[in-house]
Amino acid sequence: MLTYLSIIITAIFINNIVLAQFLGICPFLGVSRQTGSALGMGAAVTFVITLSTAVTWCLQTYLLDPLQLQFLQTILFILVIASLVQMLEIVIRKIAPALYEALGVFLPLITTNCAVLGVAILVIQKQFTLMESIAYGFSTSLGFTLALWIFAGIREQIAITKVPKGMSGVPLALLCAGILAMAFMGFSGIKIG
Amino acid sequence: MGNKLKIVWNGILPGNPVLVLLLGMCATLGTTSSAQNGLMMGMATGGVLICSNIVISMIKSLVPDKVRIPVFIVVIATFVTMLQMAISAWLPALNASLGIFIPLIVVNCILLGRAEAYASRNSVIDSALDGLGCGLGFTLALTLLGGVRELLGTGSLFGCPVFSEDYGMLLFVLAPGAFIALGYLIALTNALLRKIDKKS
Repeated sequence: MLTYLSIIITAIFINNIVLAQFLGICPFLGVSRQTGSALGMGAAVTFVITLSTAVTWCLQTYLLDPLQLQFLQTILFILVIASLVQMLEIVIRKIAPALYEALGVFLPLITTNCAVLGVAILVIQKQFTLMESIAYGFSTSLGFTLALWIFAGIREQIAITKVPKGMSGVPLALLCAGILAMAFMGFSGIKIG
Repeated sequence: MGNKLKIVWNGILPGNPVLVLLLGMCATLGTTSSAQNGLMMGMATGGVLICSNIVISMIKSLVPDKVRIPVFIVVIATFVTMLQMAISAWLPALNASLGIFIPLIVVNCILLGRAEAYASRNSVIDSALDGLGCGLGFTLALTLLGGVRELLGTGSLFGCPVFSEDYGMLLFVLAPGAFIALGYLIALTNALLRKIDKKS
């Protein structure tokens, strides 16, 4: 149980995917103007990462490793993720139209989110078991959602503040992200187990 | 000749993928803890970009419009896999320092962006030049950011000491410094471009 707790706390706070590992920066800067859309994006990413990590882990363990085709990892994973996102979009539209309305716009954006491919490759590198991989994928995306949500809150405040012209927009957003990353560095002393 | 040069120049400053178009941010922030890492990552991505642009421009009339994105991704992923194998065979130290960001070149928005916006519409030579320009622009931005972070963080540049490490701000080598340094670099680029605009 302690391993899982350690994986979850590490993935959400200590080694946050956006603020410490620099994955998924594009949606972090792009979809963080409003807290509402930030949470929508977070939910969609959580869904896709958890599912795709489970699928790619099985493919790696039961297909690539026995056949010694590890060099095909990158190509196979990106194709699986891209088709998974497409399939999810179709399935959700059919089964849960309300959820589709909420997530719809964000789903196609996720294929190019490097956090998805990043997590799929990281769990293979870390040699996690299937359950650990799923726990890692899920908590990593929770960390992503948390970072995105906080950041969107900050940007909502910036939008109504008068800022120097040269810094407005992305430069100021990056500075805030830097300060946010500094705050998250405070978690790096935590040790579990 | 002027036209060809213009294609290359466009990728370097007016349409710099990182500093102006804000593409490929993950690799930019993640691999620039030192000037050398930034330079290497820029060159690796630039190499893949030139190759993928050439191939995509060659096959553009053969690919049906509906499946073009998956086809482009497979072309890019093939070159990235080749690069990954070459780097792990010949430059194991680089492989260790860039780590996961080498396979992640596949999802770098610059590659798919140039394939979609340029290579699928232009001739092979123009696409190769566009790849060269964007690759150079990306390398320039990464080396610059890596240099700033290395200098402020450890007091050296490309591994050569400039001032004592005791005066370095470790923060700039760590994650927050990456965001802050890039923020200022983008602000400076904006100011530079405004100045050029005013002159012309």
